[in-house]
Amino acid sequence: MEALEILFTASLWAAAIRIASPLIFGTLGELICERAGVLNLGIEGIMTAGAFSGWLAVFLGGDLWLGVAVAALVGAVLGLLHGFLVVPLGLSQHVTGIGITLLATALSYYAYRLAFPEVTSPPKIEPFQPFPVPVLSDIPVLGPALFQQTPLTYLAFIMVGLVSWFLYRTPAGLAVRTVGENPAAAEAQGMNVTTVRLLAVMAGSALMGIGGSFITLSAFNSFFFEMTNGRGWICIALVVFGAWRPGKALLGAILFGLFDAYQLRLQQLAGAVVPYQLFLMLPFVMSIIALIVMSRRVAYPRALMVPYRKGER
Amino acid sequence: MTAVLSLSRISKRFGALTANDAISLDLAKGEILGLLGENGAGKTTLMNILFGHYVADEGEIRVDGKVLPPGEPKAALAAGIGMVHQHFTLADNLTVLDNIVLGTESLWRLRSDHAAARRRIVQLGEDFGLKVHPDAVVSSLSVGERQRVEILKALYRDARILILDEPTAVLTPQEAAGLFDTLKRFVAKGLSIIFISHKLGEIIDACHRVAILRGGKLVAERPIDGVSRGELAELMVGRSVPQPKATARQPGATVLALKAVSARRGQLALRDVALQLRAGEIVGIAGVSGNGQSLLADVVGGVAVPDAGQVRVGAEVLADISPRQMIARGIARIPEDRHAEGLIGDMSITENVVSEGYRGRFSRRGLIDWGNARTFAETVIRDYEVKCPGPEARVRLLSGGNMQKLILGRVMAEDPVVVLANQPTRGLDVGAVAYVHEQLLKARARGAGILLISEDLDELLALSDQMAVMYQGQLSPLMARDQVTIQQLGLMMAGQGFIHVESIDAA
Repeated sequence: MEALEILFTASLWAAAIRIASPLIFGTLGELICERAGVLNLGIEGIMTAGAFSGWLAVFLGGDLWLGVAVAALVGAVLGLLHGFLVVPLGLSQHVTGIGITLLATALSYYAYRLAFPEVTSPPKIEPFQPFPVPVLSDIPVLGPALFQQTPLTYLAFIMVGLVSWFLYRTPAGLAVRTVGENPAAAEAQGMNVTTVRLLAVMAGSALMGIGGSFITLSAFNSFFFEMTNGRGWICIALVVFGAWRPGKALLGAILFGLFDAYQLRLQQLAGAVVPYQLFLMLPFVMSIIALIVMSRRVAYPRALMVPYRKGER
Repeated sequence: MTAVLSLSRISKRFGALTANDAISLDLAKGEILGLLGENGAGKTTLMNILFGHYVADEGEIRVDGKVLPPGEPKAALAAGIGMVHQHFTLADNLTVLDNIVLGTESLWRLRSDHAAARRRIVQLGEDFGLKVHPDAVVSSLSVGERQRVEILKALYRDARILILDEPTAVLTPQEAAGLFDTLKRFVAKGLSIIFISHKLGEIIDACHRVAILRGGKLVAERPIDGVSRGELAELMVGRSVPQPKATARQPGATVLALKAVSARRGQLALRDVALQLRAGEIVGIAGVSGNGQSLLADVVGGVAVPDAGQVRVGAEVLADISPRQMIARGIARIPEDRHAEGLIGDMSITENVVSEGYRGRFSRRGLIDWGNARTFAETVIRDYEVKCPGPEARVRLLSGGNMQKLILGRVMAEDPVVVLANQPTRGLDVGAVAYVHEQLLKARARGAGILLISEDLDELLALSDQMAVMYQGQLSPLMARDQVTIQQLGLMMAGQGFIHVESIDAA
């Protein structure tokens, strides 16, 4: 009974939204890459690099928003590297992506050790504080859940709308979707497939970087190892779950956040009886089930993972 | 007349192959110029250079007297050149409107003006007789409609020079006639058209003037008035090619029979197909590409297993169907795609010729008997005139015609009961086509039953004893060749005379 009551508490939903926030950025980023036909398995590393570089910028005295911008920039640079390897050079997107993840993660840890060789407890910064939206935050349950979050969470929600608008309403979005569907068609209409794909991967990776910075600048106040903790991989699954659509991907991210927040509370409730690992597993098991149910009849981008070489058929 | 487009001394080489050799060509305003040539004569290469997909090694292109910068599709588009590719360049999951509008607006605009674009597309459709719904998703359109979208793409950009690359390959004869009428309307409105084809009849029907390419060279230009089919054929091939002729024969016992066969693969479905093939006859299957012919071939070849119905080879009803069963029962398969299914490019000729029999006559105590295999490969190379450095040569290095000869040799040497020939002459030059036809007729004379699937009606009419048409997975009853006309076949290819079964999904 108690397990059900938790579902109606504002704190559960607030936690769900908080957990979902970095996933929303990451998923949107991956979605843009994949819509352009490029799988970006570098996401896990790019998020780690974003988490570290954003935090470092703030620690060195930068403004919080400067930290976010630095994370985006670092993401874009790593995206450019991935894009360069897989778009003009046409390397395997899987292998390159995993390479980027290993590189970006290891570089972040290395830089951290270089900068702080002898700390035992991680140095702290002053993170983003919750910003209650006037009026809206007073709505019972919904208010505390949705409108007493940090500014980065609001930005995540705004990004969903912006990315949607971009993909479906602007000529550039159409170009991105077409190079992911049939690059030959884009080329025949005079587009430069390589440029469009490179820019899309960079923009998507910048969003991943921001997603990473949420972890250090908003959810916590310091950087430590294994901090990204598989969030990048979850984003890859959420893109499929959301059928490559921003709105549905948002729902997926919130759903995952909800499961995660719920299992934390269940642990406290029943942790003595049931091994806590089972609860830890819950959100991932639910994601797999949801994926199976949701993604069977999905129209995926036709040219996803297919390198394009001019003049070849 | 003024030339709107002029190519001067265009050359393009791919390695040792000279695809275009100093070709010069003018296109006048309001003219339909036919570009005739065999597969591999360099037509498509030339047009890809014109459109900026390739960069020519030498030569220049002028539009209205101005030099076109090479290698830039954008420049070609801006100069008013529109290309309708043989393989459509449409994004299937996007709408007609998206496909047409793509690239016509600045990428930095925050909004694309769909309403105005929609109005313009509808207007163009009415003006030129190219009706198609702007908000339809391309994957839901028929092949004919997709072609209209391709043409609309060019018109939307105010193309004044339209290049159509083998536009009728996917159309029924009636749809093709409709396309020719549309083209006449275009030139009446001042457009100029280059019409690429290897079919003589079409060139004569549609064009004002014809230029003939052979082996990368421009060999002749002729006004269409007063030119004969025979003359064009000879110019295209470079010599006169005798047509193998089928002589009347009394067919024997039934060697292959399908009864009420249904099968499914993705969107494709065979519905209730019945077919009877007797020894010593050729049964031709006509149809527009994608109507289930390849699935039918896969069922007969054992690659696809039917959901319902009966497959009988000789007197035996097959209980389990697999490629190995079919090979063991003497079904020789000439697959549709030489590269993907017929041969393994990176393996040697010897390895390829034993690939269907490595468990049988080429195996000794579980190991491959390479001596025996090599002897067989040498026999095939000799008897079927495969031009190659030797049995160890990698298959990838052979020309299309020689690959096909190798496949023919591999399957015909086993003296098959049934020959399943799926598009056996696609992409071959005229000499190789004649060779394949000759071999099929020889097999028929030996008493094999031949199932010939083709999209080339001339080929079917020349070889078949009986014919049937496939349309959306249904097969018409067999008709004797001398009792059908091209017109009749064309109507059937468009679905007339078939009972319309609602799609299985809807049921």
